[in-house]
Amino acid sequence: MDYKDLNLIGSSSPHIRTKDGAGHIMGEVLIAMVLPLAFAVYNFGPRALVTTAVSVAGCCIFEWLYRAILRKSNSLGDLSAAVTGVLIAFVCPVTIPYWILLIGDFFAIVVVKQLFGGVGKNFLNPALAARAFMLSWAGEMTNWVGPRSSVPLTGVIDAVTYPTPMSLLHENNLAGLQQMYDLPKMFVGLIGGSIGEVSALLLILGGLFLIWRKVITWYIPVTYIGTVAALTFLFPRGNDPVQWMLYNLLGGGLMLGAFFMATDYVTSPVSHLGQVIYGVGCGLITVFIRYFGSYSEGVCYVILIMNLTVWIIDKNIKPHRFGVIKEKKKPTETTKKEAAKK
Amino acid sequence: MNVGKQLKEGLLTQNPVLVQLLGMCSTLAITTTISNGIGMGLSVTIILTLSNIFISLLRKIIPEQVRIACYIVVIAGFVTMVDLLLQAFFPDIAESLGVFIPLIVVNCIILARAESFASKNKPIAAAFDGICQGIGYTLVLLVMSAIRELLGSGALAGNQIFPAEYSASLIAQPVGGFLTLGCLIALMQWAQRKVKGGK
Repeated sequence: MDYKDLNLIGSSSPHIRTKDGAGHIMGEVLIAMVLPLAFAVYNFGPRALVTTAVSVAGCCIFEWLYRAILRKSNSLGDLSAAVTGVLIAFVCPVTIPYWILLIGDFFAIVVVKQLFGGVGKNFLNPALAARAFMLSWAGEMTNWVGPRSSVPLTGVIDAVTYPTPMSLLHENNLAGLQQMYDLPKMFVGLIGGSIGEVSALLLILGGLFLIWRKVITWYIPVTYIGTVAALTFLFPRGNDPVQWMLYNLLGGGLMLGAFFMATDYVTSPVSHLGQVIYGVGCGLITVFIRYFGSYSEGVCYVILIMNLTVWIIDKNIKPHRFGVIKEKKKPTETTKKEAAKK
Repeated sequence: MNVGKQLKEGLLTQNPVLVQLLGMCSTLAITTTISNGIGMGLSVTIILTLSNIFISLLRKIIPEQVRIACYIVVIAGFVTMVDLLLQAFFPDIAESLGVFIPLIVVNCIILARAESFASKNKPIAAAFDGICQGIGYTLVLLVMSAIRELLGSGALAGNQIFPAEYSASLIAQPVGGFLTLGCLIALMQWAQRKVKGGK
């Protein structure tokens, strides 16, 4: 058979292309967040859905506007703006006024992401940086409601200082927390808190889905949650280390942060060893802030702090290059003699 | 003496804050209200101009080895004068600027102009250089403090523009200073690149 009859194309690699791209991966992340969002609607009423929709719309509009004004290519297709929008809504209480949400969207998309060059160039997680900025309005950002509450869609909601699991843990009031929410409730998510952080069960399911789809690796979530578990088990406050550990794991934004935020490609280390260091660092600082800080919860700041260390981790942990053999440090006797002869 | 070149350098191409990145400490700290910004900017301009003149006059007498110490003595003299004048005539501004007026003694802009310009040029040129660089510094402070006062507390020169509960208090805090300065420096770089590319 003549080779000319074969339908071959002579070109340089890559020869096989898939449809996977940033948009594909971000789509999987969005799918993984559907269940926690559905639960938020069940737990906090339809306002949770409206808040998320407003946030996604805001992020997409700001992204499109910025790129249109500066005559850059349209990047809405990679869906990263939509993911940022969902995550911003997830870290806010359901009572958040929409205008604060839109300011947060603007900060995340324009200041944190686009000013540094757009998707893949931001050095901080946009959603968490936005949350840190939105804490300018500390009262509105900590206006919690209880589980199974129905919040009106519009209007100003009166401040109700409803205790969250984390604020009770911060006061070392484990007994009070146990009385308020038992462990199954904590696990399923029938508790107060931010829109997307309440249901540990569904967040873990979403995280497992992402690991199964190979969107994220297990290194960061497992080392992060494992470090928090180990530290809270070894240094409990109270007499019951297991209970203390479980409440610490299930309360607050740990699951959301570990599976959906710390694993952000752009702001986490590339190598597996680096990811382990990053995860352990996140866990350590989380427990430090919860134990010794004035804030009751620190996942947001922890991930932002560790984002800033990623370049150091990546610089110092270089992957082993294929085919490169480590040079021997001490020259053997024969080579020394040969060198002396020369 | 090239008046146009000096003015252009002070305001734009060699702007002390946005291009030379000098005097960051006071720039970040005091730009929370417009009155602070103007007070600080004018104080630095006056001190910079006077110390430039005197250092230029003394440039042949000051020994090379101890020149920094001599500059500091001259600058400290003028800073003390301005500090006392502010306390006497503008006690509000003096109080809100606090320690940053005495700290002008070690402000990098003044030392840098003394070292790089006043010690090598005649008094009139040195005076003009001080005025240009001072105006450049004051303008940056004015813009920064206007942005931070408006976004951080919803006011402009003390007049409430929109209710304070809608303002982002983070902008009035140190982190807002870094954010605003970073954006202004980036804008300056972008503008300079545009101008250079156009030639």
